[in-house]
Amino acid sequence: MKKSVILGAMTFAGLAAGAASAGTLDDVKARGKLNCGVTTGLVGFAAPNANGEWEGFDVAVCRAVAAAVLGDSNAVEFVPTTGKTRFTALASGEIDMLARNTTWTFSRDVDLKFEFVGVNYYDGQGFMVPKELGVSSAKELDGATVCIQTGTTTELNLADFFRSNNISYEPVPIETNAEAQQQYLAGACDVYTTDASGLAATRATFDDPAGHVILPEIISKEPLGPLVRHGDHEWGDVVRWSLNALIAAEELGITSANLNEMAAGTDNPEINRLLGTEGTLGEMLGLSADWAKNAIAAQGNYGEIFAKNIGEDTPVGLARGLNAQWTEGGLLYAPPFR
Amino acid sequence: MSDTHAQTVAFVRETQIPPAPPPASETGVVKWLRENLFSNAANSALTIVALAAIYMVLSNILPWVLNGVWTTSSLAECREVLQGKTGACFSVLTERWNQLLYGFKYPGDQYWRPNLALVLFLVAAAPVLFFDLPRKLLAFTAVYPFLAFWLIWGGTLMVPVVALLGFVAAAAVFQRFGKSSFAIGFFGAIAVALAVWLIGGELIPEGASEDAWLSPVPSRDLGGFMLNMMLGVTCVSLSLPLGIALALGRQSDMPLIKWICVIFIEFVRGVPLITLLFVASVMLAYFFPPESTVDLFLRVVIMITMFSAAYIAEVIRGGLAALPKGQYEAADSLGLDYPQAMRLIILPQALKISIPGIVNVAVGLFKDTTLVSVISMFDLVGMIRGPILASTEWNGVYWELLGFAALLFFVVCYGISQYSQWLERRLATDHH
Repeated sequence: MKKSVILGAMTFAGLAAGAASAGTLDDVKARGKLNCGVTTGLVGFAAPNANGEWEGFDVAVCRAVAAAVLGDSNAVEFVPTTGKTRFTALASGEIDMLARNTTWTFSRDVDLKFEFVGVNYYDGQGFMVPKELGVSSAKELDGATVCIQTGTTTELNLADFFRSNNISYEPVPIETNAEAQQQYLAGACDVYTTDASGLAATRATFDDPAGHVILPEIISKEPLGPLVRHGDHEWGDVVRWSLNALIAAEELGITSANLNEMAAGTDNPEINRLLGTEGTLGEMLGLSADWAKNAIAAQGNYGEIFAKNIGEDTPVGLARGLNAQWTEGGLLYAPPFR
Repeated sequence: MSDTHAQTVAFVRETQIPPAPPPASETGVVKWLRENLFSNAANSALTIVALAAIYMVLSNILPWVLNGVWTTSSLAECREVLQGKTGACFSVLTERWNQLLYGFKYPGDQYWRPNLALVLFLVAAAPVLFFDLPRKLLAFTAVYPFLAFWLIWGGTLMVPVVALLGFVAAAAVFQRFGKSSFAIGFFGAIAVALAVWLIGGELIPEGASEDAWLSPVPSRDLGGFMLNMMLGVTCVSLSLPLGIALALGRQSDMPLIKWICVIFIEFVRGVPLITLLFVASVMLAYFFPPESTVDLFLRVVIMITMFSAAYIAEVIRGGLAALPKGQYEAADSLGLDYPQAMRLIILPQALKISIPGIVNVAVGLFKDTTLVSVISMFDLVGMIRGPILASTEWNGVYWELLGFAALLFFVVCYGISQYSQWLERRLATDHH
């Protein structure tokens, strides 16, 4: 009993010491490198290429933050994390931020003491079926066998969906996405369900992608976004507004092609404030005046990053959908820069 | 010889009949086939079924292998080349072989360093494995760990030199005082080694590694099959002496030592390796301040070594238990003290009995090193599951990559197994 009290006190003291140390922003500047947690590999979102350089949609967020803070989009130490190690890596201070297709949920935000700074991809659970099945809606799947990963929220969402629509299904539990692909292709199940982005990425690897359709129903909300530790609001602001700068840049028409031209000064005061030719937004964040310009210069604006990594011209082939700007019927809505 | 018979008998054979060839069914291939494959109806049926099975397997695998594509740059291109025919996409191996072997961050122009370390490893291991070789080679074996550390991690040469000096000083102290009192020698050696390391560590100038002749490579950048080999070799060679010490400690008459060993063995054996690995990668990070973490590679080596040492200790305890009590008594009656009795009489016999068990643990340990992929270290399996399968070019290539991994592991494990069989034959002293 006494021992556990001592151990508990030590742990608490350690955590308090971690929280009381200098701000993450100062740490990153002093280190000259951003420690960014990413996945160990997810098609289109984060993976090292043949030269060992990380690239992908989540990786671009890390690079934008590094460019905003340090002025160099390559000043990032990518720390690969698995689904099991990602939260401890962030909580223990091993990484400064986590950009690892992590769903923003209540308990992660509140109970695990993290701060989601925004959403960089609105995902949702979908269904994929072979075309020859002739199904055009998930509501026609009565009696189907469904391949599903065990122990995930997708499993619960699936049960809810079928129950509320009063149809039956037979689950085929599987462990990993790789196994799921093989089972689905071997015909062990009629339907494969997981996040829609994952379905698209999986379908892109098939011998005959056109032989499979992703049904229009999206049965859950999976907002994926970067997150930081609770309690360091200055650092949270930096990451939040770096992401917002990418989104706002697309809305304002700033691309990597016209960035330098725009940064020379324009008639639009919001662009000028964003790119640092007017106002003191950078100073308020504790960054240089051209912080947002650097962030955008890293990999382009949000739309360019999307198109390059997971857009319709890539093998992953995702449509913008919910991830279009609010002006085009999507959900992306960066607060004003003023 | 009378010639009467020549007249009375019609024909006498005067020369030997030339030997006829044996019947076709009793010679060569046919005989072998008859005796081994078609000796009766049931065996014939089994043979035919087995042949059909082999044919089915080969007819599926051979076209896949022989049609293999080696030169494209993505899975989609592979499929274009194959035009729907069966065929493997080995291009992933030709494009990503360096990532599979060395991980994706080890600098490409430095691959000669781990290669050289591997070649030197074979030289260093030879005198340990084959004791007919001259014993002087063992000096190189003693230096090898420090040399390999310097080659693989790079940085300043001072670090391995100071580490080596610490061990040399400790050995000297133990030689000097260990004869008279084991305790003084043992603890004195530890104290001297620590002192050398501390003073030496202070003497190495800050940033000496930055412009060293071999550019430094952090542990995080190690990966691929190289990481499996490094973990396997380090952990096996560390856990063998530790396992022997634990096995002897468990048999000790001194209650403190005995119970420390018993608790250690039972605790470590009772916990899954993957739990220990999670402790190494996740929990320890909470206990150290963020800036002063112990190297992840070292943490993993400690955990795997503890794990396999506990198993090896139990295997060796089995060997010790198999020795007749007379052997212990014989050693005592010769007037040998404990270290002498162990070194000259007991352990040589006990270890010989334990060889199959130790090899079993070593092979299992080597394969278990792939578990580090779950704590996001990119060993061979981690490279396949993570970066390579997650690249847009190669997502969907499974058989080729995992087959390659299986091949590499099989070669090493089969080698270990063959060596152990040779060792058992070489050490066989019983008479048949």
